[in-house]
Amino acid sequence: MSAATRTRYDTIVVGGGHNGLVCAAYLARGGRRVLVLEAAARVGGAAVTREFAPGFRASACAHLLHLMPASLMRELRLEQHGLKFAAERLPTVALAADARHVALGPGAPAPLAQRAAADAAALARWQRQIERFARALHPVLTETPPRLGTDSWREAYALLGVGWRLRRLGRADLRELLRIGGMPVYDLLQERFSLPLLKGALGLDAVLGTNYGPRSPGTVLSLLYRAAASAGVDTLALPTGGLGALSEALARAATAAGAEVRTGAVVERILVHEDHAAGVALASGEEVSARSVVSSADPKSTFLGLLGSEHLDAGFVRRVAQLRSRGLTAKLHLALEHLPQFPGLSAAELRARLVVAPSPDYIERAYNHAKYGEFSSEPALEVTIPTLCDPALAPPGRHVMSVIVQYAPYQLAAGWDGQRQAFTERIIATLEAYAPGLRAAIEATELLTPLDIEREFRITGGHWHHAELALDQLLMVRPVPGAAQYHTPVAGLYLCGAGAHPGGGVMGLAGRNAARQLIREAA
Amino acid sequence: MSAGGPNRYDALVVGAGHNGLVNACYLARAGLKVLVLERNPYIGGAAVSRRLYDGFTYSNCSYVCSLLRTEIIRALELPAHGLQIIPYEGGCTMMRDGGHLALYDNHDAMRREIARHSRNDAEAYDRYVRDMLRHCRFIKPLLLRTPPDPTSFRPRDLKELLFLGRHFHKLGETRLYDTLRFFTMSCADMLEEYFESEIVKAHLAGSSIIGTALGPRSPGSAYVLLHHYMGSIDGAVGAWGFARGGMGAITQALAASLQASGGTVRASAPVAEIRVRHGRATGVVLESGEELTAPVVVSNLDVKRTFLKTVKPEHLPSEFLDEVRRFKIRGSSGKLNIALDGLPHFPAIPQGSPATRGDMHITDTLEMVERAYDDWKEGRWSRAPYVDMLIPTQIDPTMTPDGKHYMSVFVQYCPYRLADGEWTAARRQAFGDTVIDAIARHSPDFKDLILHAEIRTPWDIENEVGLTEGNIFQGELTFDQLLFNRPLPGYAQYRTPLRGMYLCGSSTHPGGGVMGAPGANAARTILGDLRRVQ
Repeated sequence: MSAATRTRYDTIVVGGGHNGLVCAAYLARGGRRVLVLEAAARVGGAAVTREFAPGFRASACAHLLHLMPASLMRELRLEQHGLKFAAERLPTVALAADARHVALGPGAPAPLAQRAAADAAALARWQRQIERFARALHPVLTETPPRLGTDSWREAYALLGVGWRLRRLGRADLRELLRIGGMPVYDLLQERFSLPLLKGALGLDAVLGTNYGPRSPGTVLSLLYRAAASAGVDTLALPTGGLGALSEALARAATAAGAEVRTGAVVERILVHEDHAAGVALASGEEVSARSVVSSADPKSTFLGLLGSEHLDAGFVRRVAQLRSRGLTAKLHLALEHLPQFPGLSAAELRARLVVAPSPDYIERAYNHAKYGEFSSEPALEVTIPTLCDPALAPPGRHVMSVIVQYAPYQLAAGWDGQRQAFTERIIATLEAYAPGLRAAIEATELLTPLDIEREFRITGGHWHHAELALDQLLMVRPVPGAAQYHTPVAGLYLCGAGAHPGGGVMGLAGRNAARQLIREAA
Repeated sequence: MSAGGPNRYDALVVGAGHNGLVNACYLARAGLKVLVLERNPYIGGAAVSRRLYDGFTYSNCSYVCSLLRTEIIRALELPAHGLQIIPYEGGCTMMRDGGHLALYDNHDAMRREIARHSRNDAEAYDRYVRDMLRHCRFIKPLLLRTPPDPTSFRPRDLKELLFLGRHFHKLGETRLYDTLRFFTMSCADMLEEYFESEIVKAHLAGSSIIGTALGPRSPGSAYVLLHHYMGSIDGAVGAWGFARGGMGAITQALAASLQASGGTVRASAPVAEIRVRHGRATGVVLESGEELTAPVVVSNLDVKRTFLKTVKPEHLPSEFLDEVRRFKIRGSSGKLNIALDGLPHFPAIPQGSPATRGDMHITDTLEMVERAYDDWKEGRWSRAPYVDMLIPTQIDPTMTPDGKHYMSVFVQYCPYRLADGEWTAARRQAFGDTVIDAIARHSPDFKDLILHAEIRTPWDIENEVGLTEGNIFQGELTFDQLLFNRPLPGYAQYRTPLRGMYLCGSSTHPGGGVMGAPGANAARTILGDLRRVQ
């Protein structure tokens, strides 16, 4: 294969999504010659800002930045590389049909305390506790998951380390953590709070992007997970120019560190030479060789598509094939002719994360549909109007509404083709209950179902986390045993995408952990 | 160490359920003077045989014997005291389209039966059974052990933690991961990894939801399937079958075994209060006013009933009481006990097939079971319920007059609290009719054969048996209430905040099902503590 080789690289990163770029940046900083190959015309993967209607732009999938740890952004000097924030520490406003909305965190309207003093106190207690849990769990997310059942002292030591950190929480906290860890968020909220609006808003955090409802055991863990990623400092931020701006900053950080980033380069195959990953073949026919290949593509594409099962044993292939990776989260973009009125909220108060989840039962009912291959007739929503903080995303005076929608099954029983309009209508109808007259302001809409996300961003199943964030697909079994420490059964082939530990959401930790693992192994 | 005086005992056990009796048996065999106090005029708690219609005996709560630990059957010599367990060989799920999937305990017959529905599934079934039995072998040694407190540094807890660690480690890396996944997965996800045919998945899913507040798509429902297989690995014949004479035969044998070793049981002796002095349990007061004293008081009642109804709150730390109130014990199951004039005909099942001699089901898709759960979440009984029907009199004729039959119908789901108000006689009847209609759809002559039907909602079960909210496991079996979290974090060792007071019911590890393990484990802890005192 020496024939087709261009300049030889140490490592090729397949996919220029945020994790791929983070990984490349850290590898380059580690002194390696790195090439990032992105299929699309620009970097970012699902973290891009796209024009969805003439003059209107929105972040394609995630529309808020809150999971990426400060340490990572510092280390990669993202601010120097052009990352700016149009807004930080956005409050969350739980929308009520009777316009008696409740704000969580800083900012008006009617702070929780006035509405339900007991709940406000309970919420403060919960936030302090979850912060302690988050600080204890954060290291688990920033390290390669230990292997179990081996006789290696390194692994045993790593495991003890985790245990020790948790014990340092103290008896009361540790007991509570071990109790609630596998619990349905529904029950936790029932224990601690009374205001349905509050319970709904907190419950949504636990199920956003997942295949579960609030009554599903394990949803408390995804809440803890969310907090642990940012080590408890939950700051909702809007990057100026949308999430695409973050990806561009990451790309600049990677290039500045010496990495090479090529867009429009579709990787077709991962080349294996003598049981060792040796490079990639592009759709153009070009072959690029390297000592190692890191894939930020989802595990199914990586192993069953790019690599090919012939290089893997049957058991491993079966595990990969069985990986649950069907998304249930859709995205709706609205181009608005003017700012819609939300009774009970001033224009200033709309600069927030607006949540439509009036109660945990509301979310659970929305989930019921998804279990049977239907979209939610009354979906749970996370809404932002980015143009309030970042006017450049729309023509002067116009606005963009960006809506994350639970639940929209990847495989709709009725098939998506005939149903997209009906679903869009359902979402708008749901929104109109809080913003009467919204429909009149709509100039254009764009709906991204998990199926669209799969097609546009090459994520099998269109799942935000590439693989379901479930108890049985976490840590040392994520994505599958044998590939949970970033290296794979094929020497020189690594994973660095959302499918790897600790998963997706614009977090970047999978990329950083993978880079560190690769460097450690080379050493 | 026997204490003098007619009202003085070494140990008092509150509640003559199977765990209370098992506990008492072990204490009596260790030479303690033990008295078991039962509120009802009959003993047995939820393992009873009752005559509610002339000549018919009902197993009117629990209805099959699958989990009773063989170690306990042997140690307490239950067969010698009249316990006879008759294995049954059949089972089936009837389909709405008139087809059926039969269940045989003969593996090859079962494999052929599955092949009728899907060849791939027949292949997968071998793998499935092998894996399930492996998981059973893994969990079994943990059942008769006292869980550690993972937050404590006491040698006993560290030792037990180390044991657990080793137990896991012994699996080896790959199996360990499989085990981790199995215990955290949803039953539906797990079955879909093996099978493609809906009927096979639906049939197997049934045992994952019995008694729970979960559906087959809820994570953590997979391991509940083990209850179905636990019996079959003991190798002991009858580990999975009917108790001759109904489930009461188990508690009758336990009572006989207890008397043989010098213990006593008093029925119609409701305990009004557990007496406490200086943070120590000193005995009980009966509703009659009679006082009994003992240095050891063991409660077979669920943790809520024990601490919220039979101990004065001033004796307990308030944060402890908060945790008790928080304990999840939502009822989700109902029961119909039906006297039949003859054997109903099920057109789906070939004449003479053993398929009617075991558990019969009528939910033929996973979706149907999941939708039944959705109804419960909304505070309604399932409109198309999951039922587990058995006609034990095909094998055990002692329960009914000649030619007549008794049918036990376990129903999932039925809420303790209805969304639209209290349970009334009319609503109970409506619930019963829903179930009977569902069954009649598969058996044309079923309704005409009904002589008498006892309908029991969670509300009835609470009021008759005393199980809070009618939860058949004395507390839900979810991660937050298992192992060292059962019943409460820090109190998983059968002890309570009160010295000399213990729990031995299904609220404690390893939980419900007529297993007896909590009673035996509690006895071991009590005897250990007594030895330490001396």
